[in-house]
Amino acid sequence: MILIKSGKIADAEKTYTADILIENGKIKQIGENLSAKGAEEIDAEGLTIIPGMIDMHCHLREPGQEYKEDILSGSKAAVKGGFTSIVCMPNTDPVIDNAGLIAYVQERAKKVGLCKIYPTGAITTGLGGTQLTEMGELKAAGAVAFTDDGKPVSSGKMMRNALNYAKCLDALLILHEEDLDLRADGVMNEGYYSSMLGLRGINRAAEESMIARDIALAESLKCRIHIAHVSTRGGFDMIKKAKARGVSVTCETMPHYFSADDSWVVGYDSNTKVNPPLRTKDDVAAAIEAIKDGTVDAIATDHAPHHVDEKDVEYDIALFGISGFESALSLMVTHLLPAGVSLNKIAELTSKNPAKILRIPGGSIAEGEPADLTIFDENEKYVFTKADMVSRGKNSPFIGRELVGKAKYTVVDGVIKYKES
Amino acid sequence: MQLINKDLVGLEGVSAEEIAHILDSAKSMKDYLQQGVKKMPQLQNKSIVTLFYENSTRTKMSFDLAGKYLGASMSAIAASSSSIQKGETLLDTGRTLEARGIDIIIMRHPMSGAPEFLGRNISARVINAGDGMHEHPTQALLDMYTMQEKLGRLAGLKVAIIGDILHSRVARSNLHGLKTMGADVTLCGPGTLMPVEIEKTGVKVTYDIREAVKDADVVMGLRLQLERQKSGLLPSLREYNELFGVNSEVLKLAKPHALIMHPGPVNRGVEMDTDIIDHDRSVITEQVTNGVAVRMALLYIMTRKKEDIV
Ligand SMILES: [Zn+2]
Repeated sequence: MILIKSGKIADAEKTYTADILIENGKIKQIGENLSAKGAEEIDAEGLTIIPGMIDMHCHLREPGQEYKEDILSGSKAAVKGGFTSIVCMPNTDPVIDNAGLIAYVQERAKKVGLCKIYPTGAITTGLGGTQLTEMGELKAAGAVAFTDDGKPVSSGKMMRNALNYAKCLDALLILHEEDLDLRADGVMNEGYYSSMLGLRGINRAAEESMIARDIALAESLKCRIHIAHVSTRGGFDMIKKAKARGVSVTCETMPHYFSADDSWVVGYDSNTKVNPPLRTKDDVAAAIEAIKDGTVDAIATDHAPHHVDEKDVEYDIALFGISGFESALSLMVTHLLPAGVSLNKIAELTSKNPAKILRIPGGSIAEGEPADLTIFDENEKYVFTKADMVSRGKNSPFIGRELVGKAKYTVVDGVIKYKES
Repeated sequence: MQLINKDLVGLEGVSAEEIAHILDSAKSMKDYLQQGVKKMPQLQNKSIVTLFYENSTRTKMSFDLAGKYLGASMSAIAASSSSIQKGETLLDTGRTLEARGIDIIIMRHPMSGAPEFLGRNISARVINAGDGMHEHPTQALLDMYTMQEKLGRLAGLKVAIIGDILHSRVARSNLHGLKTMGADVTLCGPGTLMPVEIEKTGVKVTYDIREAVKDADVVMGLRLQLERQKSGLLPSLREYNELFGVNSEVLKLAKPHALIMHPGPVNRGVEMDTDIIDHDRSVITEQVTNGVAVRMALLYIMTRKKEDIV
């Protein structure tokens, strides 16, 4: 039994102060002045409680790239960041494109036992882009969605097949949108800063043209799609318009797209190298607008840990990716609350919507529901350092920055899986 | 006077006072050289290494001469050397050099930002001798030195830089340096070879060479890598020369005293016609001579410790 006293509770609908009593992994009671004999007490006065955050886009690197991260180190980082559920991408080595590997990830997750881990399966075998995976079997094994993330499905014909096939299984496709030919060997956003730094630019059309293609496909085929890591104003605009027409499209953006822009690449810190790239200040503003107006359905991390040797090199050859679990909540508090995004909206984007899109548990704080809770201090100011990162990948452009808001407790199925020491 | 930053990775952010100081010192160095003084003691006990990941006989030789004339102990690591070929990282190489007590690393690298990255991680001072498509500050310093020597000033000069701006570190360094010194810069080249939003730096951009050259005090051509045509950036060298080649017809539009410059080596008949390269207003050969003086000045300034300066 756990009794959480006097926390400010914010779910997607309302904000109120109450006590929460947890028993047998579930929320037993929410109310004022609750007491329970023998219950472990958490004094949450001055703290904020939101439904356990669900990160619907992360890379855990296991199997195959455990030198970057594994399910244990990734889970530790996730719960430290306040996440109770995470959805891992299948671009591991080997690629998660068969039911055996889905089972492997589930078993490892269970053994580690920190947060809930939901695997996704590949759309095409080996992310090769030519042969559909056995989505039916993968889905039955527990894949919550399908994605070739890390790579686009370049062939329009293949995407059409994937959508039609996923439709018959009522499966969700999560789409990494990128025209590889147009991106070519670009390493950062194409714009003033790429020109100044002499780095090869990635034109925004590399992302937007593929979003346009897949919205058109989803619209004509009447399929459901989820667009991963949207980073440009043009991308948000297209998705907004598609939603208004009734297209079944959802999307996510990442904390780095509303917290940082391409001017951060000045100095060639390879921790700013991410795909899609950090865009312009106008795109940052567009991301925040899209969060406020409902275009963005979810905020996910795209947690992409890398080994220091893969980042501590020339910018051109550093790998793409930001290690994001531990900074995500702080970046939301730092950049979204002051912009007028409510705590309720944050709860919606980090739990209610991801649960709905993926059809997994979570997303609310209510009696009888699983006790997945993120408890944080929304006022604490601190300088984010490497020491704040338990992920094996310390590749964050936010190291050294002052942030606001910090997770204090992460409760998963009624068990405290993280407590700030 | 000291340079404000530990490393010279580019002219972006280098102040007018610093640039003027380097150019003034270069003048003294050139005076010595012209008097035939080629053994000076200023850099005795200083060790300088050239770390070149790209072939460049010209720039490397210029730095080598500059260092030797000032008495420095010069050594060289070339891209073909064993450790680099073995896959040693840039950071490893830099730290090894640092452990050997190197004072200055002069570095050329095919990737933009490599000198800044290395300089941030070691205490030896780094001079960028050209990084990717970013900057080549000593080339721009010698270009500015040449302009000042020939035309008496930099402020108010109209400088037209013509050619492959996108891939040119020489263009970027000149753009920053010249703007800082108060010159007007116009960039001209095909749309495929023009960096996006470059006009935000305050330079003019035109696709019409006649407009660029009109009333110019300096007409600077840039080397076109001939493989640009194969990569789809240009239809043909013939059309490139037609639209963007500097020829005597175009030059008539410049001021009568206009200087003709080029960082070399020149593709004759591509970015410049032969009669332009050998024109009496061409200072292309003098650029090479001035390069040694400018680099001597820079090495001298960058090896001074604060306490050495009176
Ligand atoms: Zn992706």
